[in-house]
Amino acid sequence: MIDVRQIEKAFGAQRVLKGIDAKFYQGKTNLIIGQSGSGKTVFLKSLVGLHDIDSGEIIYNDKAIGDLNSKQRKSLRTEMGMVFQGNALFDSLTIEENVTFALSMFSGMSTSEKRDRANFCLERVNLPNTNTKFPSELSGGMQKRVAIARAISMNPKYLFCDEPNSGLDPKTAIVIDKLLQEITEEFNMTTVINTHDMNSVIEIGDHIIFIKEGKKAWEGTGEEILSTDSPEIVDFVYSSELFKKIRKKQ
Amino acid sequence: MLFQKWVLSLGRYMMLLSRTFRKPENSRMYYNAFMRDLELLGLNSLGIVAVISIFVGAVVTIQTAFNLDDPLVPDYYIAIATRESIILEFSPTIISLILAGKVGSNIASTLGSMRVSEQIDALEVMGVNPASYLIGPKIVSLVFFNPILIMLSMFLGMVGGYLASMGGVMSTEDFIYGLTVDFNAYHITYALLKSFVFAFLIVSISAYFGFFVRGGAIEVGVNATKAVVSSSVAIIVSNYLLTQVLLV
Repeated sequence: MIDVRQIEKAFGAQRVLKGIDAKFYQGKTNLIIGQSGSGKTVFLKSLVGLHDIDSGEIIYNDKAIGDLNSKQRKSLRTEMGMVFQGNALFDSLTIEENVTFALSMFSGMSTSEKRDRANFCLERVNLPNTNTKFPSELSGGMQKRVAIARAISMNPKYLFCDEPNSGLDPKTAIVIDKLLQEITEEFNMTTVINTHDMNSVIEIGDHIIFIKEGKKAWEGTGEEILSTDSPEIVDFVYSSELFKKIRKKQ
Repeated sequence: MLFQKWVLSLGRYMMLLSRTFRKPENSRMYYNAFMRDLELLGLNSLGIVAVISIFVGAVVTIQTAFNLDDPLVPDYYIAIATRESIILEFSPTIISLILAGKVGSNIASTLGSMRVSEQIDALEVMGVNPASYLIGPKIVSLVFFNPILIMLSMFLGMVGGYLASMGGVMSTEDFIYGLTVDFNAYHITYALLKSFVFAFLIVSISAYFGFFVRGGAIEVGVNATKAVVSSSVAIIVSNYLLTQVLLV
């Protein structure tokens, strides 16, 4: 579990995170939702340590990040996997080299063991026989799946995804959502997904945190979000014509 | 304000260097990166260094002959002047300036693209020290290979001078004699010391501008230009300082 207590982050005079409290549970897909510019990405990057927070605490299974020395932080990071919005695949490396990069750096596995692990991860994301291709030879959806395979290669305890559906068609987006939900349950990970895609929220949202202007404005489940009367949530969820029509029918 | 900005940049540059020279997570992966960078930054520069050195060596010989066209000055002085110009200044400094353009823009734009596409963040999340993994092998490879390039440039510059002498500027016997007379081996040491320093400056300054890019493709281009300009200025200034210390 990840426990976030009163975290604040500012860039110069601009306060982006204004005292957020949140809990992210193991074996569940935890979603962070909110409008563009609400602070979701800064929040996620603060969780993984890419941004240093100004105040507050982030606690990974009873270990506060702030209390860890650099060696312990490094060790914690090997327990994390992250899928970036733009995939962030190493374009000069093959798919297999991308997937096994962290293993090569940290695991001491032999070449055949790494290949077996790469094959397992690529098969798990339904991308067998792509080992020798380069990222530029794959479609956007396939690259996203490679990014997921790379993120799970080290058997992480924590999986973070920043807008995993951005730039994907609705059908592929659902495939990616389902895949993330399946691997979360299968590997019993604490998965935190940043999204503003309402389909994802309804399909896979076990636990949802809604952020507005750097503050937590609502918290609940995927079912609760459709029935809540919270004005902020109603305004966000039913902003599209399609969802407005669905609500009218309800 | 400008001074404050400069001091801040210098501080960030020093902090980046301190992150760069840390213990590698996996020496084999770093060795592979070193070999890759050796090819990219060193071996791939052989062609341009060779062509420029031969032609500039020939031009220096012709121009020196033109300026020393005096019956009281022996012809072999032309070769001495050519040799000294090439060893002391052309090969270590001008070739390093050319490398600052070729290699520096490559490093800054590569790291800048990796920054904007979040590949550097991806390394960091994996627990890899991106400064050490991406910049360290580049510094080591160019500091190792630049002296080789400079030595090759010296040799080819003199070959260019010899070819010019064959073109009728002076006798080839006088040219060969001039290359060997009053030769001071310390000048080679001086040139090689400069080449180590210049290689370090080219890679570290270009890497600094690439590593801290913020924004998108336009900023990558802007920072690549800044990298070339800044490393060229650093080479020129340090050239003066090193010359003052080592030759005076």
